[in-house]
Amino acid sequence: MSIWEYANPVKFIRTTDVVLPWISVAAVLCLATGLVWGFFFTPDDYRQGSTVKIFYLHVPAAMMAINAWAMMLVASLVWIVRRHHVSALAARAAAPVGATFTVIALATGALWGQPMWGTWWAWDPRLTSFLVLFLFYLGYMALWSAIENDDTAADLTSILCLVGSVFAILSRYAVLFWNQGLHQGASLSLDKQENVSDIFWYPALVCIAGFVLLFVALVFLRTQTEIRARRSRALLARERQA
Amino acid sequence: MIALLLRDLRLAVRAGGGFGLGLAFFLIVTVLVPFGVGPETGLLSRIAPGVLWIGALLACLLSLDRILALDWEDGSLDLLATAPLPMEGIVTVKALAHWLTTGLPLVLAAPLLGVLLSLPPGGYLWVMVSLAVGTPALSVIGTFGAALTVGLKRGGLLLSLLVLPLYVPTLIFGAEVARRGAEGLAVETPLLMLGGVSAGVIALLPFASAAVLRINLR
Amino acid sequence: MMLTVRDLAVSRGGVPVLEGVSFDLAPGRALVLRGPNGCGKTTTLRTVAGLQPPFEGTIEGAGERIAYAAHSDGLKSMLSVTENLRFWAQVFGTTDIAPALRDFDLEGLADRLAGNLSAGQKRRLGLARLMVTGRPVWVLDEPTVSLDTASVALFAAAVRRHLAEGGSALIATHIDLGIPEAEIFDMTPYKAAPRAAVQDEAFL
Repeated sequence: MSIWEYANPVKFIRTTDVVLPWISVAAVLCLATGLVWGFFFTPDDYRQGSTVKIFYLHVPAAMMAINAWAMMLVASLVWIVRRHHVSALAARAAAPVGATFTVIALATGALWGQPMWGTWWAWDPRLTSFLVLFLFYLGYMALWSAIENDDTAADLTSILCLVGSVFAILSRYAVLFWNQGLHQGASLSLDKQENVSDIFWYPALVCIAGFVLLFVALVFLRTQTEIRARRSRALLARERQA
Repeated sequence: MIALLLRDLRLAVRAGGGFGLGLAFFLIVTVLVPFGVGPETGLLSRIAPGVLWIGALLACLLSLDRILALDWEDGSLDLLATAPLPMEGIVTVKALAHWLTTGLPLVLAAPLLGVLLSLPPGGYLWVMVSLAVGTPALSVIGTFGAALTVGLKRGGLLLSLLVLPLYVPTLIFGAEVARRGAEGLAVETPLLMLGGVSAGVIALLPFASAAVLRINLR
Repeated sequence: MMLTVRDLAVSRGGVPVLEGVSFDLAPGRALVLRGPNGCGKTTTLRTVAGLQPPFEGTIEGAGERIAYAAHSDGLKSMLSVTENLRFWAQVFGTTDIAPALRDFDLEGLADRLAGNLSAGQKRRLGLARLMVTGRPVWVLDEPTVSLDTASVALFAAAVRRHLAEGGSALIATHIDLGIPEAEIFDMTPYKAAPRAAVQDEAFL
């Protein structure tokens, strides 16, 4: 039993069909619990008041915006090395989800920034990095949809994803160098005691789990859709040939 | 390789080759900025390094789709692929030809346009240096974008969308060198970073461009 | 050295169009590929030229020995005839373009811009390019398109000289070229059985 068995589209659909409902339910439960807990059952921050609570959306979305790109990078590498179609389609399926998480992170950041910094937008390194990341997502999706041959599109977008990853990291450092910024430091990290206290920490963890599950569910669902679309095109092509 | 470079240069300067278009565009952008932001000298001189960099970048972007598309249309690219030249060499030469016909003229024209924007006296040298170090990277990155979109009917806009985010590090470091130079600050750090980005891009990206071009020729 | 093709299958857009193609092309010989439109002649030639990977099978003795001429001649309209030809000569590491100009009757047009040539003259220039590559195996895709009878004769003479010098030629064409040395290779029997494109296979 190897993980590569799931690279077979039929096997992938069959397996995800079984787990998808469970993941979806778990995602909804986690998100509902985490958000309700975070919004209504945690004290206001002594400095930031209740505005701080948007953090329960903002931080997980921002994390997943980056993780989605990382997942696309891994999937692209798998496609380049092992040429499993499911892998390429999963990368394609993840892109709009990642882009949406990026938009959520930017939008909730703006909502948070307005009362805290007195501005919706500042050219802060983190904000700017996320804007650049969003541009990367746009370019990646545009390239996928511009190329007719599916395998060529998978090849080209994989290479773009690889090159883009390097440039995304470069941009991150360039932007840090360019402007020191307003954004607070990382609120969540495992080793530092300067983190937010446990009262905020536990609901945040649940929210993060919810976002991860949501991402997995959406990617599974969208990959299934991509596979079915490819399958119907393949069947049509065979029909025409016969 | 040298033959290919000479041919591309010759084609660029002949009628219809598009040589000078980038330069004209650079001029237009620079002239439009004061109309947009107002003629106040203090403001213009403060933003001049950045405007010159943005102008150069856009002028570069404008001519990217010519790097490979023309050779694709007339079949030269197929024939070059069967010639005894490595694909990496072909894309590098193409990028070099693009830089010589677009990037280099921009570097040389930048001081003249700096006058229009009342660039501070200390800035001229550093605007030129930063453009000289940074524009080769713009050409190489642009060739990668051109290779990605070479077979597409309406690749122009897509090319810009793909290439612009890749231009961010070069633009940031390049404009920072120019700005610090104009303000009389130390430029070493951003200049090293810019040089590092350019060197890395020139050394590694042609391999990606060649791989992409091979896929597109298949 | 011989060009040896064994059990070659070629694909267009991932769909195999021909399969089981085998032939040898010895020095001094020419092979004319025949078959209806769309049977895969161009695809076969592109595969032999190394522009696309074979779907199945092997090709030996190709690679850097191939001079390929396709439907588009790779001419730059803003360069003169001489400049176009000299460029390709330099790319392939040869120098003498005079015989190519002479054999394809282009001497009178040498300083003309390629953009001002007629379709047939352009084609002649595109074929003259083969001579400056210095490569032994010519792979030609419909070389006589837009050539008049006199030009076809020029072309046939050039091919025959190339064969006499120990070169060989693989030509896809519909007309009789007037090259007695040429063998005919009919591609019709090698039509591939209908099957799904490779990129679709995993999804069926």
